[in-house]
Amino acid sequence: MKRTLRSFVVACGVVVSAFGVGAGTTPAQAQGKTITLCWAAWDPANALVELSKDFTAKSGIGMKFEFVPWTNYADRFLNELNSHGSLCDLIIGDSQWIGGAAENGQYVKLNDFFKKEGISMDDYMPATVVGYSEWPKNTPNYWALPAMGDAVGWTYRRDWFARPDVQKDFKAKYGRDLAVPKTLDELRDIAQFFQGREIDGKKVYGASIYTERGSEGITMGVSNYLYDYGFKYDDPKKPYAMDGFVNSASAVKGLEAYRELYKCCTPPGASNSYMSEGLDAFKSGQVALQMNFFAFFPGLYKDPNVGGDKIGFFVNPAGPAAQATQLGGQGISVVSYSKNQAEALQYIKWFSGGDVQKKWWALGGYSCAKSVLNDPSFPNSAPFAKEFLQSMGMVVDFWAEPSYAQLLQAEQKRVHDYVVADKGTAQEALDGLVKDWKAIFKEEGKKF
Amino acid sequence: MVRPGAARRIRGLSDRTLAWLFITPTIVLLLAINIFPLLWTIYLSFTNYRANRANVPTIWLGADWYQSILTDPDIWAAMQVTAHFVIWTVVIETVLGFGLAYLIDKKFRGHGLWTTIILLPMMLSPAVVGNFWTFLYQPQIGLFNYVVAFFTGRDASSFQMLGDVTLSPWAIVIVDAWMWTPYVMLICLAGLRSIPDYIYEAAEVDRASKWRQFWSITLPMALPFIMLAVLFRGIENFKMFDMVNLLTGGGPGSTTEVASITLKRAAFESWRTGYSSAFAIILFVTVFGLANIYVKALNKVKSR
Repeated sequence: MKRTLRSFVVACGVVVSAFGVGAGTTPAQAQGKTITLCWAAWDPANALVELSKDFTAKSGIGMKFEFVPWTNYADRFLNELNSHGSLCDLIIGDSQWIGGAAENGQYVKLNDFFKKEGISMDDYMPATVVGYSEWPKNTPNYWALPAMGDAVGWTYRRDWFARPDVQKDFKAKYGRDLAVPKTLDELRDIAQFFQGREIDGKKVYGASIYTERGSEGITMGVSNYLYDYGFKYDDPKKPYAMDGFVNSASAVKGLEAYRELYKCCTPPGASNSYMSEGLDAFKSGQVALQMNFFAFFPGLYKDPNVGGDKIGFFVNPAGPAAQATQLGGQGISVVSYSKNQAEALQYIKWFSGGDVQKKWWALGGYSCAKSVLNDPSFPNSAPFAKEFLQSMGMVVDFWAEPSYAQLLQAEQKRVHDYVVADKGTAQEALDGLVKDWKAIFKEEGKKF
Repeated sequence: MVRPGAARRIRGLSDRTLAWLFITPTIVLLLAINIFPLLWTIYLSFTNYRANRANVPTIWLGADWYQSILTDPDIWAAMQVTAHFVIWTVVIETVLGFGLAYLIDKKFRGHGLWTTIILLPMMLSPAVVGNFWTFLYQPQIGLFNYVVAFFTGRDASSFQMLGDVTLSPWAIVIVDAWMWTPYVMLICLAGLRSIPDYIYEAAEVDRASKWRQFWSITLPMALPFIMLAVLFRGIENFKMFDMVNLLTGGGPGSTTEVASITLKRAAFESWRTGYSSAFAIILFVTVFGLANIYVKALNKVKSR
């Protein structure tokens, strides 16, 4: 019996060793050079794994990936950075983290490296440089290379829009053709039109929008309305002066409009909905419209049920004051606690290459390089490429201050209280937000 | 089997030294894992320290955080939500748990199987339970809404257990009661099984009715166990985080934002370490104080 057990253990050991050597180890790892890249677990991350095989083949440096679902992404990696962990050599961190990561010495400053390697920020879309790389904003201090361009856009059921019976009903009700909305009012009309309608014997709803309370969801959603109605984070002439900008009369109207859309036109039970809930609602054929980040659109286009000809894409429609959209996306940074900084920098140099950026876009990642985006063929390179390009030209980002998390939490609470929980008025919500943000900045020692 | 040499060495030690040898590792562990972090948290609660900004000089703030927390209406709102949750879950779980224990105690055919079935929810992970109930509460496909709609004649999608300000606190109470009533039942069952049969036999001889037996024997003798269950559930639910986080994330608005969610946001999202340390100390003192008062009452009941 003992001999049998021993033989079994030895056999297991042989099998494990065989897998370890044969499948899990690359030649580079055998040399002991392996770097770890940390990011969120989503479709673009899979594309990056595919892309990075070329880096390993070229440099002999092995790549390990630490991907965490979006729900735990910020908690996991901010914990890692704050505890000075060296798990990640490279990190694709959220745009809001730049301020904190730069001021707390968690990211390596890349100016000298860019200069030495001839990497110019002029080669990237300006909005992505400001959003993903710079701290302080609009100064030439770079902490990341723009890696994954992203913004909020919309998808719609092109096949439903094309149905003659639906078109006829819509025209009868609104006196115009059912088409991609150009304004937020038109969007609301369309969502209202589809709400509760029966299509192919199934009850459907208007729109899936962001309402999530726990992390950043509702802020990322409501911003697309607030910007379009004239909301500004502060006085462009006097930084951190927020009265009359955050809580202006027009911003109040924007918040009211978002609440109206939530109340009239979302599916039942959509009170805590973010990226994945939106995808679920759209993929299962529940909604006619969906607000979501462009990063998900390649996957949606490939979806066997709602992809291909059935889906269309459009940019965030215009409001009375402007047409803007919420910036998503991230830059790639070298973690200052990494023991493999030289190899990590080598990866960034490789990633910035023109051919690599082209392949990145082809695989499903969103390049921020002008060489890719300004190529005349780009708008036709994917069904959502034109809209992506247009969106990246009108993005606005949330505060990237070191205290961004506190600022975000305050907005999450104020806005969710009003939009979902029916507490108070829009004016009270935004006045309260100004009060919260002032207190946070005061604690930070800011003068305004 | 102690080797002769080792035995001689141990024989040379006094009882006191031996006792110290055995106790020291426990004391060291206790100091390292419990006492030091507690003292460190108390220290941090008087400073501006932020775990994500180790390079910023730490400034002594005195009792500023305590003052700002105790005068913050949002904190009091979170405490109210917590109190609502604790009171209702404890009341419901105690009544149902004792009732179930009373039924199970009557040894009927298949009672063992029923006990196992009733105990199943408490064996599940809160993460699983949270996700499971999120689906059950889904207005369009959720079984819970369907059952309620079936019995009330309402449209299943007309009410949102997790998205409605009035219903969401109760949605969480229902899930917690579903999961932890079996735990209360187990403790109560232990209490009921500890009552000697001869007391009931004597009561039968005295021709005491079943109702009289329940009020004069069963309930008083099981009371210390019931109170113990209340203590355990009260402390646990005061600290409740995972289930609320999974089901509502504190929403809609701040309707279900219990104290532990507020604390987590301050500590690990905003990284206000000093502030959250002060809040943690306030919560600790509250639970510790209430539990001590309660234990004194429990001891009085036991000594009767």
